[in-house]
Amino acid sequence: MSKEKKSQTVQTTGHAWDGDIQEFNNPLPTWWIWGFYITVVFAIVYWFLYPAWPVGDSYTKGMGNTVEYTTKEGEVVVTHWTTRALYQKEMQAAREQQAVQLAKYSKLSFDEIKKDDAMRAYAISVAKVLFADNCAACHQPGGAGLISMYPSLVDDDWIWGSDYKQIETSIRSGRKGVMPSFSKTLNEKQIDDVAYYVLNYSSKQNDFARVKNGKEIFNTNCAACHTQKGIGNIQLGAANLTDKIWTVAGITAKMKDKDKINSIKQVIKNGIAREMPGWENRFSDLEIKMLTFYVNELGSKQ
Amino acid sequence: MKHETIETHAGILIVLTLIVISIGGLVEILPLYFIDDTVEEVKVDGIESVRPYTPLELRGRDLYQREGCYTCHSQMIRPFRDEKLRYGHYSLAAESKYDHPFQWGSKRTGPDLARVGGKYSNEWHVQHLVNPRSTVKESIMPNYGWFLENPLQFNDIADRMRALKLVGVPYSETQAEYELNIKNFGKEVANQLDITQAEANLIEQAVSKNYDGYIAEITEMDAMVAYLQVLGTMVDFKQFDDGYFATFR
Ligand code: HEC
Ligand code: HEC
Ligand code: HEC
Repeated sequence: MSKEKKSQTVQTTGHAWDGDIQEFNNPLPTWWIWGFYITVVFAIVYWFLYPAWPVGDSYTKGMGNTVEYTTKEGEVVVTHWTTRALYQKEMQAAREQQAVQLAKYSKLSFDEIKKDDAMRAYAISVAKVLFADNCAACHQPGGAGLISMYPSLVDDDWIWGSDYKQIETSIRSGRKGVMPSFSKTLNEKQIDDVAYYVLNYSSKQNDFARVKNGKEIFNTNCAACHTQKGIGNIQLGAANLTDKIWTVAGITAKMKDKDKINSIKQVIKNGIAREMPGWENRFSDLEIKMLTFYVNELGSKQ
Repeated sequence: MKHETIETHAGILIVLTLIVISIGGLVEILPLYFIDDTVEEVKVDGIESVRPYTPLELRGRDLYQREGCYTCHSQMIRPFRDEKLRYGHYSLAAESKYDHPFQWGSKRTGPDLARVGGKYSNEWHVQHLVNPRSTVKESIMPNYGWFLENPLQFNDIADRMRALKLVGVPYSETQAEYELNIKNFGKEVANQLDITQAEANLIEQAVSKNYDGYIAEITEMDAMVAYLQVLGTMVDFKQFDDGYFATFR
């Protein structure tokens, strides 16, 4: 469209700057104007149907928009439209939909869940999601753990015990793995010998004098928690030192004995303070039950 | 006033434009100050559940803003079932009433943090902030190694609290304010809100809890983790009937 043509057909606003700069008055397209009127009508209808206008210390609640829901306590509530009421309704629907299934679970023992393939599969599928959202950041996806930081849940070595009750307590209340540092109470030679003795539990060493010396130190300083046999104590979460699984020391099979001893010495010198947070405030009893079942399954696979 | 007068005087034009565009905001925001149900009442045995941050947590919050954590993390769990399953109970207005500015947000590159308090150990937070990929392999969150290196600067903590007091956060300076806080929050919390004790309180909390695992120094990490660990933990939802908070809307 050329300028001349436009100036003939379109009016100007009547303003003029610097003598000759003028402004066209292009009317808006009709479809646009109608769109605008429709939004105005929509708004007015909306005011009547939904909570809209403030009135003093309250507000208009709208008409014909009641939401009815039942709380967990069984109270029936009828209210105007609100997102929180819709949320309550959504939760109620989910509760009712799952009620039958979940009631079955709260009655079944762990062993019964294990025997019933369908029940077992459902529990694991629920727990897997919970695990990924909440536990995997520490125990890693699948539960493999991170050497020395977060214990593996897929081996059959348990710091705090392997039966359902004990695993449930681990999850529900959390755990604190605490071992004092011995860098002030023992000297370098003593730490060296006791580390040698600790390694001797799982792979036999040949310097008997050193083993004997280490054993004495172990019995006076360490046996209270780890027991004289070194098998640990699930009451205290004291690790079993006689197996080849090292949850803290970070020892792998490929390492040389010298490096293994050094890793053990580090643990003895630094002490340990690890924490597993408690989950009872985040999960329902049933969710904890399913997680317990799942974690136990993870560990007993091997 | 003639149209031309407005259009040819930039000053008047700016002022009038500001007035017109603020109407939309005022109409939406102002009434909320007068409506009773805007902020839920959250009291257990007459004591307010939601309290202002302690001095150490407050410094952590400042760092959260300095580092722009809000560009990837929201702190607003919306009232939907999927949100509840993922993050926990939906956020209450009351839970951010002492937040200036609030951290609600809607950008979730990372997960919502409104209830991250207590979910992980201090140890995990330290490790994760220094190098997120050491705990979550596929994480795209940046490393914040300097939290452990920087000593926490807190000689201005009293001023920071006074600034918030100006906008209505009940930190106390006078005896009367302190006593009012005891009435509302209980003695233990009231002591933490006392501006005159701010520095001592901050040091006390950082040293006794030792969030960063280093005893020798109070680092920025102490403040950051203290803040993360309190997020979403103030209201004990077990104390309230299901649906209680829905009655406020
Ligand atoms: C903040 C990191 C962290 C998170 C998150 C975490 N854990 Fe742990 N968990 C640990 C640590 C650390 C230990 C070892 C405690 C110790 O040293 O005694 C542990 C121990 C355990 C144990 C005991 C292991 C044993 O050998 O006895 C179980 C079971 C367990 N966690 C399950 C879970 C489940 C299920 C979740 C998710 C709901 C979870 N954990 C989330 C850090 C975590
Ligand atoms: C107060 C009780 C206590 C005492 C005393 C103690 N320990 Fe421990 N020890 C623990 C606990 C608890 C753990 C496991 C911590 C964890 O899992 O987080 C542990 C773990 C270890 C580990 C790591 C095991 C692994 O699987 O990686 C070694 C090695 C160890 N202790 C050696 C010793 C030695 C040597 C002594 C004596 C010098 C000693 N402990 C004294 C409680 C104790
Ligand atoms: C570039 C975006 C980005 C920024 C900036 C960022 N984060 Fe993250 N954050 C993420 C992502 C993605 C995750 C999920 C993966 C992970 O756990 O590392 C995450 C996870 C987290 C988690 C664990 C949440 C959970 O429930 O598992 C915490 C806590 C956290 N971030 C804190 C922070 C803090 C504090 C800051 C600022 C110092 C920050 N983030 C800055 C992207 C970011």
